[in-house]
Amino acid sequence: MLRLLGLLSLIWSLAVPAFAQETGDNARASTGGAQTLEDIMRRQQGIAIDDSFRSDLTGNPDAAAASSDQLGTLGGASDPDLWRALRYDSADITTQSRTPAATTLMQDGGMWWLQFREGPLLRIAVYLLGGTLLLLALFYLIRGRIRIHGEKTGRTIVRFKAIERFGHWLLASSFIVLGITGLISLFGRKVLIPAFGHETFSSLAIISKWIHNNISWAFMIALVIIFIAWVVHNLPDKTDLRWLAKAGGLFGGEHPPAKKFNAGQKLIFWAVILLGGSISLSGLSLLFPFEFNLFSHTFSTLNALGVPGWVGAGDLPYPLSPQEEMQYAQLWHALVSLILTAIIFAHIYLGSVGMEGAFDAMGKGEVEEQWAREHHSIWAQEVLDADAKRQEPN
Amino acid sequence: MKPFLLALVALVVIGFGANQILTQIGFSSATAGTSPANVRLSD
Repeated sequence: MLRLLGLLSLIWSLAVPAFAQETGDNARASTGGAQTLEDIMRRQQGIAIDDSFRSDLTGNPDAAAASSDQLGTLGGASDPDLWRALRYDSADITTQSRTPAATTLMQDGGMWWLQFREGPLLRIAVYLLGGTLLLLALFYLIRGRIRIHGEKTGRTIVRFKAIERFGHWLLASSFIVLGITGLISLFGRKVLIPAFGHETFSSLAIISKWIHNNISWAFMIALVIIFIAWVVHNLPDKTDLRWLAKAGGLFGGEHPPAKKFNAGQKLIFWAVILLGGSISLSGLSLLFPFEFNLFSHTFSTLNALGVPGWVGAGDLPYPLSPQEEMQYAQLWHALVSLILTAIIFAHIYLGSVGMEGAFDAMGKGEVEEQWAREHHSIWAQEVLDADAKRQEPN
Repeated sequence: MKPFLLALVALVVIGFGANQILTQIGFSSATAGTSPANVRLSD
């Protein structure tokens, strides 16, 4: 009889949990009220789950033990209860921070940003910058240096005035410093800390951040200088179409006619102005955190115009939390900077080792007359005609 | 190369100058978001 009762109780104890799982009345019965496998999998897929069973479990002050009792100090909340309250922003806390972000202590919505910043963003940087350098090296091996074809005259003509060269070099030097210090910030945690250790990187990061923040003003000032100096010469016209149709004579021997700036240089100019301007804006947003929100307004406008629908995407997230504003600003700042850096690599190549006589334009401000005739024939003729006119006796 | 050297000088001057200006006007993103005393977030 006892054996029979024992067998029945064993069957009962095994069957009850199975019934509980099948009925679905209490999905978390099998986990004792904790998360289920389904919860975890939905969260991993980024699907919203009803986690009120956790977010509401933050202690009960009414059930607090008397202060004389062992559990009285937290007022009816255990340590896990307190951490859950912090996790779901329901803890009653004090802070000296008065920034908008102070009200969010743990931001679930930032995980995608953190994961993107620590993984794909770094890979994009390596592929984009490394790939561009590789392509330029390959181009140099195949095409070689672009030489001056005609016989050099020994005469030079003024290509850029001192103020133009000053603006260019201020922009170039600040961009290089910002690029290096930006990459130090971007690759710090993943590459530099494992390589040099926390202490060394800490000093490097502090110096690098100071330089990046303060040199940024020089970049913005230089951007304005070159815009004012060169915008008139960079307005598109029909000579650009002819230049582009012949790929600038890059692969043939013939140089299509061009004014002061050819279509390739105009593309570089507008890339620098537009991408540089955008980098400056997102940089200012990061420099003065939470002071002005760029992305919330932009996303709202794009959604109103239905722009995401043009590419079959859903509405962009709106409104954004203060942290999300900063996260979008950081990603935009980094991505656009990487694209501009890749473009500038090509510009530096063509302005130095890639083309004979090109560096003189910015180095000395004067270029070989034959170089000017080959690469900027319309502009060269204008300058020579003006010189001849000045020298004519009245 | 004079404009290039001048640009390098300007780079340093603008960098330190900008920092001085921000310091003089009392701007710091850390202090801008800090209260001298502890406060309740709900206050």
